[in-house]
Amino acid sequence: MSAIEDAETVAQVSQLDAVVVEEHVSAWRKFFAEIAGSTKGLSGFVLLVLVLLVAILSDVIMPQDHTEQIIANRFLPPVFAGGEWAHFLGCDNLGRDIFSRVILSTQTSVAIGFLVVLIAMTIGSALGAISGYFGGFADTAIMRLADFQLSIPFILLAIIFMAIFGPGFWSLVVALSVAIWVNYARLVRGETLRLRELEFVQAARSIGVRDAAIIVKHILPNVFPSMVVMATLDVAWVIIFEAALSFLGLGIQPPMPSWGVMISDGRNYLFESEWMTLGPALGILITSVAINLFGDFLRDTYDPKQARL
Amino acid sequence: MTDVLLEVDDLVTHFHTKRGVVQAVDHVSLTVAPGETVGLVGESGCGKSAMGQSIMRLIESPGQIVGGRVLFEGSDLLGKTPEEVRQIRGSRITMIFQDPTTTLNPVFPIGEQIAEVFRYHTDVGPREAKERVIDMLAQVGIPRPAERYADYPHEFSGGMQQRVIIACALILHPALIIADEPTTALDVTVQAQILSLLNELQASVSNTAVILISHDLGVVAQMCERVCVMYAGNLIEVASTDRILDGPKHPYTVGLIQSIPRLDMDRQQLAPIPGSVADPIHPPSGCKFHPRCPHAFARCSAERPVLRRLPDGHQVACHLFDDR
Amino acid sequence: MSDRSRQGNATLAVRNLTKHFPVRQDLFNTLFGDKQVVHAVDNVSFNIGREETFGLVGESGSGKSTTGRLIARLTEPTSGGVTLDGVDWFALDRRELRRRRRDVQMIFQNPFASLDPRWTVQSIVAEPLATHGVATGAELRRRVAELLVAVGLEPSHAQRFPHQFSGGQRQRIGLARALALSPKLLIADEPVSALDVSVQAQILNMMQEIQQRYRLSVLFISHDLSVVKYICDRVAVMYLGEVVEVTETDTLFRAPLHPYTQALLAAIPEPTTKRRTFAAIDGEIPSPIHPPSGCRFHPRCPRAQALCSQKAPAFEEHAPGHWAACHFVETPAPARGRRGE
Repeated sequence: MSAIEDAETVAQVSQLDAVVVEEHVSAWRKFFAEIAGSTKGLSGFVLLVLVLLVAILSDVIMPQDHTEQIIANRFLPPVFAGGEWAHFLGCDNLGRDIFSRVILSTQTSVAIGFLVVLIAMTIGSALGAISGYFGGFADTAIMRLADFQLSIPFILLAIIFMAIFGPGFWSLVVALSVAIWVNYARLVRGETLRLRELEFVQAARSIGVRDAAIIVKHILPNVFPSMVVMATLDVAWVIIFEAALSFLGLGIQPPMPSWGVMISDGRNYLFESEWMTLGPALGILITSVAINLFGDFLRDTYDPKQARL
Repeated sequence: MTDVLLEVDDLVTHFHTKRGVVQAVDHVSLTVAPGETVGLVGESGCGKSAMGQSIMRLIESPGQIVGGRVLFEGSDLLGKTPEEVRQIRGSRITMIFQDPTTTLNPVFPIGEQIAEVFRYHTDVGPREAKERVIDMLAQVGIPRPAERYADYPHEFSGGMQQRVIIACALILHPALIIADEPTTALDVTVQAQILSLLNELQASVSNTAVILISHDLGVVAQMCERVCVMYAGNLIEVASTDRILDGPKHPYTVGLIQSIPRLDMDRQQLAPIPGSVADPIHPPSGCKFHPRCPHAFARCSAERPVLRRLPDGHQVACHLFDDR
Repeated sequence: MSDRSRQGNATLAVRNLTKHFPVRQDLFNTLFGDKQVVHAVDNVSFNIGREETFGLVGESGSGKSTTGRLIARLTEPTSGGVTLDGVDWFALDRRELRRRRRDVQMIFQNPFASLDPRWTVQSIVAEPLATHGVATGAELRRRVAELLVAVGLEPSHAQRFPHQFSGGQRQRIGLARALALSPKLLIADEPVSALDVSVQAQILNMMQEIQQRYRLSVLFISHDLSVVKYICDRVAVMYLGEVVEVTETDTLFRAPLHPYTQALLAAIPEPTTKRRTFAAIDGEIPSPIHPPSGCRFHPRCPRAQALCSQKAPAFEEHAPGHWAACHFVETPAPARGRRGE
């Protein structure tokens, strides 16, 4: 009697009515259905897509060349305050089109936002998982490093990096990544501590699965949803802080446009052209509102407490 | 009718979930006499807990009591204002839950928690309340009650916590206690102690009626005079304990008893009930048990059986016992 | 008395297994006080024979789950040894251990936590086979299908996720996973405690069939004596980290020797007896950090005398194959178990 025939006898004996409890809908379909059902989610999602499109297509959709300086257009007001359609938000102190610069800056800011969060998430989750899974010395070392770093004010940290590496795009990315990896490490460590005791991890150990494999294949995928929520909101934070650092002269250096740089330039000309400041500020506002709406929606829908075992 | 303490009449409770409406309590009627111990038995999802909570009007969104009446000492609890219900809860009807660690507030001493309940329903001053609480703690078997009055819940073991909760439930001499799986979280030897205590106090303190909700037929058999069996929101059999155990009528009850391993029998072959419990959102047509029933016939899938009283007092909801 | 459980033929031999967990103390006590430990498992010894189902019974704090985890080497012992088919289990180095883990597999209590919610059933059941490189591709899928059928599920279920199944079905999946490597010993830690009664019966029957078909030895850990009686050949009763009685199942239930076993049996509510007396024993399980002196059960024991608090009783064979640790073993009054009495 072959194994399968034997097994059918077993099935009869145990008399199981093999009815599955519920159908499994593809995760993506469920996701988009959720978005459609929530005002917050839908508006956040739409705005976010808009911002991303602008970032990607900025070179194409810019109405003017952002470097072109037309002296005659210095402090040209926006079209709704007596200006021209060609320069929708007017021009700055050097005659450059504000609207185009705002659009181009989107690219910079969004790139930094995602890049920083990606790096921080990778480093943070790796260290957090090691910390939580193995405990002992590794845990102590990593957590003390995290504590140490958190005790240094962020601006000071940024200045130190600028001093060491010189100002610019990559120093900025490193400084910001260093600032936020700790949050991910802590989150992942906590989740790892909890998941480690769950029986499916014990089962994997008793099968003989290697520790590294357990972390990568069992623990991290289960931590991922919580991390995504945090990451989404962090992108907004990074964008705002990049603006702050650039404003202070510690981040993006001119002539590369960034919202922070624009606000910094505009600071001196608030009476002549308030739109030099308001333009980029609006950019920051719309982007962070989009991200926060969507991030809030994610957190409400995929709250770890509900998604948990 | 002075010999009916509680009369539940055609109670319907629904829970609204994303997948649909769960008919947790589906047209259930039952009565409890003063001082009687009635068992409410069923597996998970049968609606017994929902039933207990509905009687106490503890159902909150997404749950909703949709219909029926709950006549307690003559008046309908479902028709009262929330304030009136709050007066009754804790003093005339009290509830004991399964997990003592979540019932007691971890940041207050246990004595104070009981005293608070006591004073909410009476005019008694703090000192006298404390004395009554200490007295009650002694009655439930807490050693050195005066000293332990000020202890926090985490300083007690699970069994002791449950005793504290029983003290809280009995201190106002309620007419009815609803105990929802009171010993499920406890060890067997502690369970025996708690059941023994409950049994003793029920009679001596105030002739309190008890509705004992449990999935454990053994516990119910030891404690209860009458047993009500629930399946998928319906009450399918009601009879005295002896009758149910010696001569169960509904095929589900029969199957349930046959699938429980027992100490007093030699190694027997367990006969499990095939299939799984009916989906509470989309139950089978007619009798909800019919897909799993060895005796099902045509009528069973077409018409839902009603709980009928047989000549010997036994009540069953099954077409096998319906002459028509 | 079956030959299977004698040392020579035993699949599993447990000798003086001990596990103490350190207790975290404040600084003062750490420096000046005595080191405190939780005596989770103390000097536990028993054998499991070939194709035997051995029950390990106890209440909370008895150490039965910890014993199971020690044997599965999910945690390391403080002292003692375990021999599996003659191989010294704790002496294995990491590579050898990983290879030999195939011989001891475990199923767990909580059907909702024992399967990774993000993995398909296919991946879950295939994990042991993939980890040890036993099969790949089509062969792997065939083996998984075979295992699913063996536990009463359908091969098509492999594409689904755990949350789509009921508790009983998930336990079946866990069992399929445990059987994948054809182990010699299956450790079942409260496998049916979290299931409804009618589903328990299905799973218990299935486990019996599986045990016979795959010729497994089974260590069945449970707090539920009725279940243990149904499925086990021999039983050990544990109290506060120690084994107090071991014998064949029928003997244990018919004529238990140790007062704790007798109390345990008397405390179980049965759905048939009509008595309404509660044979409760007093007191609660003491702290495992400060276990009572001498015999650990003496504070609650109806037979206790002065000797019991002074000297721990030896674990002795009082009748062929019937071991107990008690100074005053006596055959009990006709125990419950006879209908009509």
